[in-house]
Amino acid sequence: MEMRQLVETLGSHPFVRGLPASHIEKLAGLAAEVHYQDEQIIFRQGDVSNLFCLVISGKIGIEVNAPGHTFRIQTIGEGEVFGWSSVLGGRDKQFQARALGLVRVLAFDGARLREACEGDCSLGYAVMNRLLRVVADRLQALRLQLIDVYTPPGARQA
Amino acid sequence: MSAATLHPPAAPAGDPMVPAEARVSKVEKETHDTFTLSLEPSNGSDLAPFSPGQFSMLYVFGVGELPISISGDPEEPGRLVYTVRSVGKATHRLVTLQAGETVGVRGPFGTTWPLTEARGKDVLVVAGGIGLAPLRPAIYHILRHRGDYRRLVVLYGARSPRDLLYKKQLTAWGYVPDTQILTTVDYGGLSWRGYVGVVTTLFRYVRLQPERTVALVCGPEIMMRYVVRELDTRGFAANDIHLSMERNMKCAVGFCGHCQFGPHFICKDGPIFPWSRLRTWLDKYEL
Repeated sequence: MEMRQLVETLGSHPFVRGLPASHIEKLAGLAAEVHYQDEQIIFRQGDVSNLFCLVISGKIGIEVNAPGHTFRIQTIGEGEVFGWSSVLGGRDKQFQARALGLVRVLAFDGARLREACEGDCSLGYAVMNRLLRVVADRLQALRLQLIDVYTPPGARQA
Repeated sequence: MSAATLHPPAAPAGDPMVPAEARVSKVEKETHDTFTLSLEPSNGSDLAPFSPGQFSMLYVFGVGELPISISGDPEEPGRLVYTVRSVGKATHRLVTLQAGETVGVRGPFGTTWPLTEARGKDVLVVAGGIGLAPLRPAIYHILRHRGDYRRLVVLYGARSPRDLLYKKQLTAWGYVPDTQILTTVDYGGLSWRGYVGVVTTLFRYVRLQPERTVALVCGPEIMMRYVVRELDTRGFAANDIHLSMERNMKCAVGFCGHCQFGPHFICKDGPIFPWSRLRTWLDKYEL
């Protein structure tokens, strides 16, 4: 993807939308478009991975492996991000990400993105602010998932 | 635009406390614990017409009486359809009725989804669990009168893939022009290709124009609270958000007070309310 096209695609992603053009250009310099095929494992639990992705199209399953079983705990779709822990300095992936159908992402090296944020406080604040919103939304959704709202109170185990 | 047929909220003919006898004509299994019953009049008389969103009191002889939302097509005459989840003694008996057995029916009762007001607008349906059942008549109506409405978006959440209601219909509705159906489950296995997460997460994948959209919401109360918060964040006016409420309805006509919710009786003033009438009350712990 050419740089101009990359800037356009990046600028229209909800995670980046509204940032000054200078920030978007800087971020575009760190991004690369990557495609994943259906059922392709993007990263595995325990992998040392610096991958942080903005989803352009497609759906990704976030999964946890346990002996003899894999749980899909969440799906991530167009306009969302995944792999955010790598930007915060996390090394090993706690979850597995799997492409559900053809997936297009803009991929970042989390460590390089973090360096860019540390070197430019304005960019750093904007990126971290957006990441915090993503984390807060996920936490909120997870809390609701834990409540198990669809099970009638009488049918819940104590 | 074609003129949509909508019955006004019907006041049942005769004494509203006296049930009419109806015969079970069909029982269909929807999920492991949820069944859809079709009832037909057992004595040749007509069952009262209903409007989307209304409920009946179903009397299981010798067991008890239950408020159950009508889940069938309002323009299909001669029968009433109910989707029931087996959660207690009376509902269990209801879903194990056999074709030919009889039940008592009172109603229909209650307010209706604002489908007349929604004409010319987009309609957003947000349902959780068995909450899709009271919304299905509204979806039937919109699909029958597709030209009267703009876009139809259905966001539906359930506990797991095996708990999803009306799976074939959901798929079929998705092929209707200007109709978008998104489903999500809280717990999905690897064979599930849909979304995993609570129903509010689906809002990220739809483009809504709040100023020309009417939202119809039904599901567990806690889910509806978070859905309303999401709609509020997106700029929906309180009068464009409509919720179907549930309480312990007994008489169904506002006499007994069992279903009182703040200043409202759910049976008589509801079950469908605009958010503007509920907002003071929905977060109250004691209610």
